Amino acid sequence: MSEAAPGALAGIRTDHHAPPGFWRTYVFSQDHKTIGIQYAITALLFLLFGFTLMMIMRWQLAYPGQSIPFIGKFFGDANAPDGVMLPEFYNQLGAMHGTIMVFLGVVPLAVGAFGNYVMPLQIGAPDMAFPKLNMMSYWIYFVGGLTMLSSFLIPGGAAASGWTSYAPLSVIATAGQTVWLFGMICLITSSLLGSVNFITTILQLRAKGLSFMRLPFFVWAQLVTSFLLLLAFPPLEAAGVLQLMDRLAGTSFFMPSGLVVSGQPLAYTGGGNPLLWQHLFWFLAHPEVYVLILPAMGIVAEVIANNTRKPLWGYRSMVYATIFLGFMSFVVWAHHMFLTGMGTVISSFFQATTMIISIPSIIILTALFLSLWGGSIRFTTPMLFALAFLPMFGIGGLTGLPLGLAPADIHLHDTYYVIGHFHYVVAPGTLFALFAGVYYWFPKVTGRKMNDTLGRIHFWLSFAFINGVFMPMFIQGLAGVSRRLYDGGAMYSHAQGVMHLNVFMSICAWCLGLAQIPFIFNFFWSIWKGKKVSANYWDATTLEWAAATSPPMAHGNFATTPEVYRGPYEYSPPGNAADFLPQNQPVEAR
Amino acid sequence: METASAESVRKHVRVYVTVFVTLMALTLITVAISTLHLGTVAAILVALFIASLKASLVAAYFMHLISEKKLIYAALTLTAVLFLVLMVIPVSHFADRGL
Amino acid sequence: MQIPYTVEPRPDTGVYNAKLGIWLFLASEVMLFGALFSSYVLLRVGATTWPHGYEHLNIPLATVNTVVLITSSVTMVMSWASLALKNLRKFRVYMGATVGLACVFLVIKGFEYAAKFEHGLYPSESTFMAIYFTLTGLHGLHIIGGIVVNCYLLGPGSKMWKTDPARFTNRVEIAGLYWHFVDLVWIFLFPVLYLL
Ligand code: HEM
Ligand SMILES: [Cu+2]
Repeated sequence: MSEAAPGALAGIRTDHHAPPGFWRTYVFSQDHKTIGIQYAITALLFLLFGFTLMMIMRWQLAYPGQSIPFIGKFFGDANAPDGVMLPEFYNQLGAMHGTIMVFLGVVPLAVGAFGNYVMPLQIGAPDMAFPKLNMMSYWIYFVGGLTMLSSFLIPGGAAASGWTSYAPLSVIATAGQTVWLFGMICLITSSLLGSVNFITTILQLRAKGLSFMRLPFFVWAQLVTSFLLLLAFPPLEAAGVLQLMDRLAGTSFFMPSGLVVSGQPLAYTGGGNPLLWQHLFWFLAHPEVYVLILPAMGIVAEVIANNTRKPLWGYRSMVYATIFLGFMSFVVWAHHMFLTGMGTVISSFFQATTMIISIPSIIILTALFLSLWGGSIRFTTPMLFALAFLPMFGIGGLTGLPLGLAPADIHLHDTYYVIGHFHYVVAPGTLFALFAGVYYWFPKVTGRKMNDTLGRIHFWLSFAFINGVFMPMFIQGLAGVSRRLYDGGAMYSHAQGVMHLNVFMSICAWCLGLAQIPFIFNFFWSIWKGKKVSANYWDATTLEWAAATSPPMAHGNFATTPEVYRGPYEYSPPGNAADFLPQNQPVEAR
Repeated sequence: METASAESVRKHVRVYVTVFVTLMALTLITVAISTLHLGTVAAILVALFIASLKASLVAAYFMHLISEKKLIYAALTLTAVLFLVLMVIPVSHFADRGL
Repeated sequence: MQIPYTVEPRPDTGVYNAKLGIWLFLASEVMLFGALFSSYVLLRVGATTWPHGYEHLNIPLATVNTVVLITSSVTMVMSWASLALKNLRKFRVYMGATVGLACVFLVIKGFEYAAKFEHGLYPSESTFMAIYFTLTGLHGLHIIGGIVVNCYLLGPGSKMWKTDPARFTNRVEIAGLYWHFVDLVWIFLFPVLYLL
């Protein structure tokens, strides 16, 4: 099929005066597909890096105070004398793991990579609405990411105040925190540019006939996600500016009066409020968790519809649920603050909104489950990951409900139960959906498919080990073990009964790392050696499959502007020879 | 706006001048009132009221919001609602804390 | 293949791409300044004492600055109207005036800051001073951003008038929307910081 493209290629290139040179084609490209690939590679590397940080921490949690084997001596005396990790270093690793996974890994992969590459193709657009902005948002993200990483090298090391950077400790922390703030400001700017671009593209560049209720669910997910990024990130930017002022100009926005540290009164005038930081942080960070999950749901919906060979069950209710979810995510932030002395009326309000917001998630999940009913399911590699997503996200979501109810949260707050809860959402949940996306769209990008045997090995091993890492966290958390403990809880008597789980979890985490080797190998091997496949390998209906394989890397995706005649998931339509009816196929051509 | 005829643009220009004069007047009024040193609540209400008035004039006429498309109104309505949610932060912080 | 609706509006939404884009951007700006305003309220309500703006700040200078900024908004919208009337020369005059007024604003602001520093009033002095410097500083950065954009449209950017006048007019409209927003923020900052 890649042979059918040259005619189309020639037709598209005529607009361009000269073929762009190497730099404009591969580095400072303004083409959404190239930028999507740039995002994908960068984000995957960051994910691997963030995961590596965690694998190192898991040594300390499993064998507190013992020298890290093999690599321990490379961290230097300031971090790990004789290979034994210092508490300060543990904190840096933890804070950077959280920050990197969320802001440099998952969101850029889900939105920057998949959104950028797939969304314009799915709506039949020649490119994003603002190609230059698109390029800028990638490069600002890249610089922000490098800024964050570089902080490991400065005296005092990287930020160590958790991904939440709670004041007042973050204000008096070492210089790494300042770098973290600058990094965050870059990342926020990048997502703002990106989200303006995404929304404009979806609203303005839809192909003829592609009305809102004909948009693939993935596009809806990206649209709502972009609104969340657009409107929830600025308050964190504001908070970041205030914290920078506190750190650099000596103001006291987040510093209460009369703080004493190690017996020394601090040189701050005081009068500020540390809880202000929490309000502003969670005003972003709760919508952020939907930024982490919505694109994943979008990918899963595409893969499930395609592999059950039937329309999604309840497409409309899924769309409405997504919109409602997006809106509600702005009015639940204080459920992270039940333990800050909040009164009962306000707390009841946030408990109620939290229970309400669980409803749309359940609607979406139920619709996806029901979509399986009566389908002739193809157990392809992407489908395996998508299927696993459903129960895993279910566990993550359901374990969240007790956290949204203040009486239960008093016990569970800041324990490993919380860590278990949100990792079920973002790791076997979102990460699995992202893997599904990689396997599903790989043929579109490269013209080759990834190897199925390796894919299956990757899936089953990851599935087993990831549960091995996170399931015991619930047990530890219910036993009262706090998160962010340097020794994993070994110094607490109440934790003794569950300490043995730490070794098991760590071994699972390292095996999970090993289980990624088949994926990494498969990924690179398939780029060059994978089986060549046709442009619509999965017999899919949405528009991205109407474009040529690896569409030309200059503006322009389709040989002719596509026109849309029907909804996104016309699988197995009665009276049709093929078991799918592409969105752009005219009725006469049946 | 982009297809505005010369005549309608001229009409616009007259409106701009009127709005400009009004804005100047309102600026002087709010400064004058502030010298009266009203009570805290009254002062805040008056100052914010005049500021909102000025802001609406700028938004409606200079930014042409008075004759904008539905899509823009929709986006701004959403933003306005979320802006109000932001203002709930201090409320949720102080209300019912027993302070 | 060209990207559609860069100049003419899309029939069903009624706007061209950049128009929607700038409004979305301004929406995010509303949330940025909204969050700062909300922080201001929280800190002020929680404070044991809070000075009146007029005790520390220079109201006459700020009033002049308000006048300057509102005037620059008018010249900005006039520069767009001149283009709509196909008059590039007038556009240059009005746009030049806008940039000039913006610079006047910054110079006056500079004097204000200098006076504060002379009296040893730094952001770390009190929460009031901290809020004052942060808000006006951030607003000042927005002014600088606007000056850069407007200078571009006045200079190299105006070449587009010859090749694609409709698109150039749109660009000026977009820059204008941003500039009016910066004015709008000041309209609130002025009473909140100085008069209350
Ligand atoms: C799949 C492999 C992963 C493993 C084994 C893992 C493991 C952990 C562990 C054990 C902690 C607790 C550390 C402590 O309390 O000291 C933690 C914290 C955290 N993780 Fe992960 N994680 C993984 C993936 C992810 C992903 C995909 C995300 C986000 C999208 C993520 C986000 C976070 C965050 C935000 C924290 C909190 C950091 C803090 O305390 O500030 N993790 N992770
Ligand atoms: Cu939350």
